Amino acid sequence: MADELLRVEDLQKHFPVTRGIVFQKQVGSIKAVDGVNFTLHSGETLGVVGESGCGKSTMARCIARLLEPTGGSVVFDGQDITHLDRTAMRTVRREMMMVFQDPYASLNPRKRVGSIVGEPLEVHDVGTANERKRRVQELLEIVGLNPEHYNRFPHEFSGGQRQRIGIARALAINPKLIICDEPVSALDVSVQAQILNLLKDLQSDFGLTYIFIAHDLNVVRHISDRVMVMYLGRAVELGARNDLYVEPKHPYTGALLSAVPIADPEAGRSRRPVILEGDVPSPLNPPSACHFHPRCPRFVDGTCNVETPTLQPVGQGGGHLAACHFPLEHWPMSEEDMRRGQGRAVVGAD
Amino acid sequence: MASLEVKDLSTSFRTDDGVVKAVTGVSFSLEAGQTLGVVGESGSGKSVTFLTVMGLVDPKAATVAGSVLFDGEEMLGLDKDRMRQIRGARIGMIFQDPMTSLNPVKTIGWQLEEAVLIHQDVTRKEARRQSIEILKEVEIPRADTRVDDYPHQFSGGMRQRVMIAMALINSPEILIADEPTTALDVTTQAQILRLMNRLQDEHKMAIVMITHDLGVVAEVANDVIVMYGGKVVEQANVNDLFAGPEMPYTWGLLGSLPRLNSAGGRLEQIPGQPPSLLRPPSGCPFHPRCEYVMSVCRTDLPELRVSQQGDRHVFRCHLDDEARTRIWSGKRAAMTTEDAA
Repeated sequence: MADELLRVEDLQKHFPVTRGIVFQKQVGSIKAVDGVNFTLHSGETLGVVGESGCGKSTMARCIARLLEPTGGSVVFDGQDITHLDRTAMRTVRREMMMVFQDPYASLNPRKRVGSIVGEPLEVHDVGTANERKRRVQELLEIVGLNPEHYNRFPHEFSGGQRQRIGIARALAINPKLIICDEPVSALDVSVQAQILNLLKDLQSDFGLTYIFIAHDLNVVRHISDRVMVMYLGRAVELGARNDLYVEPKHPYTGALLSAVPIADPEAGRSRRPVILEGDVPSPLNPPSACHFHPRCPRFVDGTCNVETPTLQPVGQGGGHLAACHFPLEHWPMSEEDMRRGQGRAVVGAD
Repeated sequence: MASLEVKDLSTSFRTDDGVVKAVTGVSFSLEAGQTLGVVGESGSGKSVTFLTVMGLVDPKAATVAGSVLFDGEEMLGLDKDRMRQIRGARIGMIFQDPMTSLNPVKTIGWQLEEAVLIHQDVTRKEARRQSIEILKEVEIPRADTRVDDYPHQFSGGMRQRVMIAMALINSPEILIADEPTTALDVTTQAQILRLMNRLQDEHKMAIVMITHDLGVVAEVANDVIVMYGGKVVEQANVNDLFAGPEMPYTWGLLGSLPRLNSAGGRLEQIPGQPPSLLRPPSGCPFHPRCEYVMSVCRTDLPELRVSQQGDRHVFRCHLDDEARTRIWSGKRAAMTTEDAA
């Protein structure tokens, strides 16, 4: 793999929880992102999966400095950008763009497509007005839209086409890294495939690096080279796509994989899924030590609720990491296998 | 047990821009204990079909034609009082968004009791007893205290359980679930699907599962209807549909799924966008996006015809049997080699 493009070290984002209207005092904090580490090489795609509230979007926004991280550092292209001021950050943002989930909310309805896509060019003062217009038309063509639609408004486009506009805008000034936050989850299946194929084509044409955030495990598997699984603000597993999907090591990853419905009636109905009980706990008051322990089939009292597991190499090669005291030995595994004779303690069921 | 028989149902809406033909000529039947999956993209008419069945489209704006027989009784044009006796009592409904379908200023218990009091001649005390009972049945922990909570005190998955409880509290014969798990996370979705499965076994009710997720359909349905542009384009037993789909739109849907056991390659994509119902394409609704389009497709809507694979498998397509068999076996081969790689 080529050189390192992004290094995230111990990234933290804590949101204060306050009480009172006039004299607000902080009564706690929500640790939305709580010590995430990873590196990203240029040209690769890192998929980030997790359920709602696991901190995946907050992490993305901290990396792009749309939110100020509480702690840790983000090193982009050899430069620590964690504490850069606005002007310096503006230069960095030329290299780092975002594509958002909702193609209806992320495009200004009162602007024409041409000025939406051309806005990054304008902000970064690239070229003359004419050159910018030509570039925008070129971009529209690259993402598969008709360049003559330059003067239309977003409402004249369907969801899939709007997402193409969002992608064209992200591409405008040839960034190195594109952070895609749930780019296809609002789209119909047939249109979703178009956008995924487009993202892949653009990656090979322009050598782009992606952070691809999604809750759909099939989509993430399709597009990613490496995958990170998050739970309550922490990375619980990180590995090459095939290692993680074929031999998951963290029980949460295993449960996620087995909960995905399979579009094949025979295969789908013959398996015995691991179904987790309860909901994701509140991040305001997360469970002690391993955040997953109250729902984990492998919970061992005295270990999982006392010692916080860190990401450790599992399996061969050292590139596959999991934060679990008792990683899965093999896969697939039934719920009984997972339990391995250990009693599952019931800790505050809701 | 009652069954539902829908024949040639059409619903169109008058709008400022013209008439929107949301549903055209939809027919199907549903028997007790069965699960019918209804798949389609947004705007395919899958939700409107069942809103019409339930008498929930605004008669001032919509024109409805066809017939809906529930237990032998015609539901279309039924007067309000009679409709209310059926809706919520004998046919229950769950909607997609549990956040907006519950009243935020009333307790969960109040809302469940309301459903009981409308349909049964019982005291509020008895209604409350039934509410707690049904909350236990949908696996809400500490149901006897949670019954006095408000919707905002419940998580998304628990709210969807409450919606299911509300739909089931009068023991309906048919449960219509419109995208019940779309707003939920995958582990919660698995819990809800398992719960619905168990309740179906216990209550022997029929379920209509409206969804855009082919994975969900594959796991829960007995029969599947595929809708496109307001029309049924294919209908079959779930195994037949996934093993031998008969028309290009269904092929495209199956091909465009990123599968757990395939990765890296290009997905098969259906070009273009779903059709506008305001100005629907002539002939076959899928022809502008179909790669096998012939001139007849542009002018004539193909009739639903019976597949060679069995008389309960019907589909719309002008391609002849030989061509369809050849194309699908080619596609299936491509999909399985991709799986093996």
